[in-house]
Amino acid sequence: MTETLIGWGRRTPAVATVRVLRSENDVARELASGEAMIARGLGRSYGDAAQLSGGVVLANRGLSHIGPIVEGTVTVGAGASIDELLARTMPQGWFVPVTPGTRYVTIGGAVAADVHGKNHHVDGSFANHVRSMRLVTPEGPFQLSPHDEPELFWATMGAMGLTGVVTSVELNLTRVETNQMVVDTDRFGDLESVMAEMRLRDRDYRYSVAWVDCMSPGTALGRAILTRARHAVTNDIERPRLDSPGSGRLAIPFRAPSGALNACSVRSFNELWYRRAPRREVGAIVPLGAFFHPLDGVRNWNLLYGKRGFVQYQFCVPEEHEDAIALVIERLARSKVPSFLAVLKRFGSANRAPLSFPLAGWTLALDLPVGSQRLPTLLDELDEIVVQAHGRVYFAKDSRLRPEYVPLMYPRLAEFLNVKSRVDPHTQLKSDLARRLGLVGG
Amino acid sequence: MIVENAFGQPQNVVVLGGSSDIARAITKRLCAARARTFVLAGRNESLLKVATNDAVECGATMVNTVLFDAEEPKYAAATVRAAFEKVGGPVDLVVIAVGLLGVQSSDEDSADAVMRLITVNFTWPAAALAEIRRLLVAQGSGRILVISSIAAVRVRRSAYLYSSAKAGLDRMCTGLAQSLEGTGVKMQIIRPGFVRTKMSQGLAEPPFTTGASEVAEYVMRALATGDVVNWSPPILRYVAFVIEHLPAVMWRRIADSKS
Repeated sequence: MTETLIGWGRRTPAVATVRVLRSENDVARELASGEAMIARGLGRSYGDAAQLSGGVVLANRGLSHIGPIVEGTVTVGAGASIDELLARTMPQGWFVPVTPGTRYVTIGGAVAADVHGKNHHVDGSFANHVRSMRLVTPEGPFQLSPHDEPELFWATMGAMGLTGVVTSVELNLTRVETNQMVVDTDRFGDLESVMAEMRLRDRDYRYSVAWVDCMSPGTALGRAILTRARHAVTNDIERPRLDSPGSGRLAIPFRAPSGALNACSVRSFNELWYRRAPRREVGAIVPLGAFFHPLDGVRNWNLLYGKRGFVQYQFCVPEEHEDAIALVIERLARSKVPSFLAVLKRFGSANRAPLSFPLAGWTLALDLPVGSQRLPTLLDELDEIVVQAHGRVYFAKDSRLRPEYVPLMYPRLAEFLNVKSRVDPHTQLKSDLARRLGLVGG
Repeated sequence: MIVENAFGQPQNVVVLGGSSDIARAITKRLCAARARTFVLAGRNESLLKVATNDAVECGATMVNTVLFDAEEPKYAAATVRAAFEKVGGPVDLVVIAVGLLGVQSSDEDSADAVMRLITVNFTWPAAALAEIRRLLVAQGSGRILVISSIAAVRVRRSAYLYSSAKAGLDRMCTGLAQSLEGTGVKMQIIRPGFVRTKMSQGLAEPPFTTGASEVAEYVMRALATGDVVNWSPPILRYVAFVIEHLPAVMWRRIADSKS
């Protein structure tokens, strides 16, 4: 069936033929047709990663089987969401090892983007917790693990679905005693002090993330709220419970008018957000969902950005070039382009995947409503800062990077392309993102 | 398959009427914003060569040309196909910048001249649009940008031939835009006011006159917003509203006072 697909940022629609996958055999049969295709899960990537205009898009949601938990690992279909997985595992005291800012991503999507969470500095990214997985390629199915076909295993992690279609994943889970978090919150008046604190004491917490204000004027630029947490144990709570994060969700009934989010309204929001946070609070008990997935409470929050949608810009830079973070924030503030509280986080070591995003250092993610005429050029300038700092932008968020920068940001691109040409010699797996960034030929 | 990005910045572009001043200014701006492959179609080989050099200087890596005559709408579809083939991949953006101002005082009494003016400004672009529509819809993505004119808003005595042809094209495009909903293809028009170019040389400059580079700037903004109707400069939106609603007597006094 022909459908119009769009990324979460609602910027680049694509018309494609959507086919629903129900089994691994379906994948093999689709690939046998020789048509160009890409898999798609819940469409949470911001840009054009999970679509292929004029081609075939394989909807993976039918591959949703969740197996029993055996010694802390579970085999889960690539189309199951983290939300569905948690509904199964939480009551038995198991949490996902890594979750991005939303539960509404599929396991296949988590592999494709090699997602990271607030625990990256301790636990690394999603790939680090995958024991094995099934991947169907144009050259046949593979059972992959860090020991079997390690090259293809790692080349698939973070490769945005371009090596094949993941059908199931054997995932290590994390033991938890309750469905609550113990959270410490601190407010910092400027960027330097929050970064110093994170450098010094992030290791003491499993989860850590900072919200940074990129619009406050003068010396308040980069003021931040740092939240750090651990899973609550039975002793922390009177009546410990283990149900999964609830799914009672609000919905935005209609698209907001474009321009509702302008420099003025966003600055006021940032001010309120900053003032709302306690200067210092220790040991607050917070439900899992509220801590990990604050925006999941509103089903289609992306509509708040109106008809013009938004872009997200997330980059990381290595430790030794951390100055780039301040430079980007200053450049952003000077441009007066509205940006919501940015998310700042420290990354632990990179894994072995050539296209995985995280590298040891810092990452900053910005939500930017489209509409400001300065925005396209501003982001091009930020790219230059990032490239000079030997950093990179995140494919899962991207919808506008210059293709020339890809090999500079991902210097191991050639390794990925080698593996891809082995399992996909006719470049059957492609996406609009891959074409736009020159990750695949014609 | 699209290669254009979240800001409507294309990588592969076809420009019909590629040697016009406005088209050249747009090409340069597109190059600066990551466009790499161009096919420039025009009627004059040496002018196309100049436009090609512009594009290469600004960073285009592949520029091809196609020759055509806008007085021959029979071949419009073939010209479009040739241009698409030379791109050799998905086409992100097709710019139509074909136009002929004419000299009305001498044209208006000649059936041949009137036919030529209507053909170049309306019939040829209309025929080309039909083929572009077909190819882009099959591709499932892409964008068409047509250079219309504020002259399309209300016909005036001193340029009624040009105005009416542009009005025809302009209205066709707004309808075409609706017909493309749900196909993945976008249709946009920009209505410039008076632009200082080869085409308008020697004419008196009305208020809100711009240069070709300014038009290109507003084209880039239009691509980013995706709005169907765009103006250069943007204030003309309001000027045009007034023009449209002026009583005929007043309109004639204002519009034709200087000619």
